[in-house]
Amino acid sequence: MSRRQVMFTFPQELVTEPLIFDLGRQFNVVTSIRRADVSENKGWVVLELEGNEGDIEQGLAWISGKGVRVDPVDGDIVEG
Amino acid sequence: MSYARALRCRKCGQEYPLQPRSKCDFCLSPLEVTYDYQAMAGVVSRQKIESGLKSMWRYRDLLPTEEAEVDVGTGFTPLIKADNLGRELGLDRLYIKNDCLNPTYSFKDRPVSVAATKAREFGFDTLACASTGNLAASVAAHAAKAGMKAYVFVPSNVEQGKLVGIAIYNPVLVQVEGSYDDVNRLCSVVAQKYNWGFINVNLRPYYAEGSKTLGFEVAEQLGWRAPDCVIAPTASGLMFTRIWKGLDELAMLGLIEPINTHMFLAQAAGSAPIANAFAAGTLHVHPVKPDTIATSIAIGNPADGYYALQVARQSDGGACTVTDEETIAAMKLLAQTEGIFAEAVGGVVIGALKKMTAAGMLKKDDLTVAFITGAGPRTQEIVSDVVQPLTIKANMESLEEALGVIA
Repeated sequence: MSRRQVMFTFPQELVTEPLIFDLGRQFNVVTSIRRADVSENKGWVVLELEGNEGDIEQGLAWISGKGVRVDPVDGDIVEG
Repeated sequence: MSYARALRCRKCGQEYPLQPRSKCDFCLSPLEVTYDYQAMAGVVSRQKIESGLKSMWRYRDLLPTEEAEVDVGTGFTPLIKADNLGRELGLDRLYIKNDCLNPTYSFKDRPVSVAATKAREFGFDTLACASTGNLAASVAAHAAKAGMKAYVFVPSNVEQGKLVGIAIYNPVLVQVEGSYDDVNRLCSVVAQKYNWGFINVNLRPYYAEGSKTLGFEVAEQLGWRAPDCVIAPTASGLMFTRIWKGLDELAMLGLIEPINTHMFLAQAAGSAPIANAFAAGTLHVHPVKPDTIATSIAIGNPADGYYALQVARQSDGGACTVTDEETIAAMKLLAQTEGIFAEAVGGVVIGALKKMTAAGMLKKDDLTVAFITGAGPRTQEIVSDVVQPLTIKANMESLEEALGVIA
């Protein structure tokens, strides 16, 4: 089992969609929300994903394809 | 000995032992080193610091290291009174902290020196980082000095000049094909998988502390006082917050008066998530896709962006963005007034200084310090249009004709 810590940023049109629930259900990934701030027109969620590496990758590709921005929770590792 | 006490979560306050780790297990927020300031206050004094090494390690008592430092000769760089540039901009008390003059030509030697020292204390035999240039060069140099292995990951589009400045120290240089985001993703996985001292991942809390020495030095060089205003470039937000922490610690220890420094951050317009949040009045820093010539500060998802934003707000400072054109003009202005050839980031700082002075955000009499954090020659291509020599034949007649001298 692998773990991945990421931040999702939701645009306004996706705020009301149950995407985190769908991610867990469709890709067999356990989602653990640690911090979040969601309002009617935007939102971000910091969470940990646990599952098979391949399932996590597929799940992240799927949610990115939906229009959610996915970033590592560490921020950018590549520095100047 | 060190007065470091624990790692503490900057968000929820949870504490952890001083180990290689960067995030809180609970809320996944960044950790920072905390100290026993009472014990520290009992041993530090202006006199003790002034009699120390002419390097960043004169502040050893305020850093989190226990053993002999991995030092390539970093710090105590010049703080110059920039009268020519000040006259140009309308600032009477402008100073420049010239951190181009570190061993690998950027301020990165400060945090890397602390992180490399901690890596050796923790028993790592390998240092690693992901970088577009300055950090990689510094990590490779410190690994060479410490006799450690180094793995540095760079995006495939890094300029040749930067690659040479890294490779000369003989690290394992890994050039990653793919986008900037691809490199980030890969390195995140690499950092989890291998037992390396990954400078800006598992060593990040210690790495951060090295940048406090910028604040310490400036205060000491000003005769033990804090500036009225600081202008510093901001990418991940780490250095900006640590300059502030450095000044704050000196005040806490009674080495300077309580500080009232206004902290202004400068970002490239093409990579300005923190300045955007400041302008929008929000607390959340929304990631962006960087697009700027100032590649050393091209960070779209800044790990410490929230905290940099807080420092700018709480200090009654500000944020300013600078376009690539303004950056290049400001690089030339700095070089042609003060004789300092900075990398593009220096242009961002001077460009921001110019705009904020014109907007009345900085006052003529404010004691203002601008931080120039990296040298220009590594990326000199961006200002190659300055090369316009007079071409002459090897005789006086040709010379005087070219100079317009009438015989």
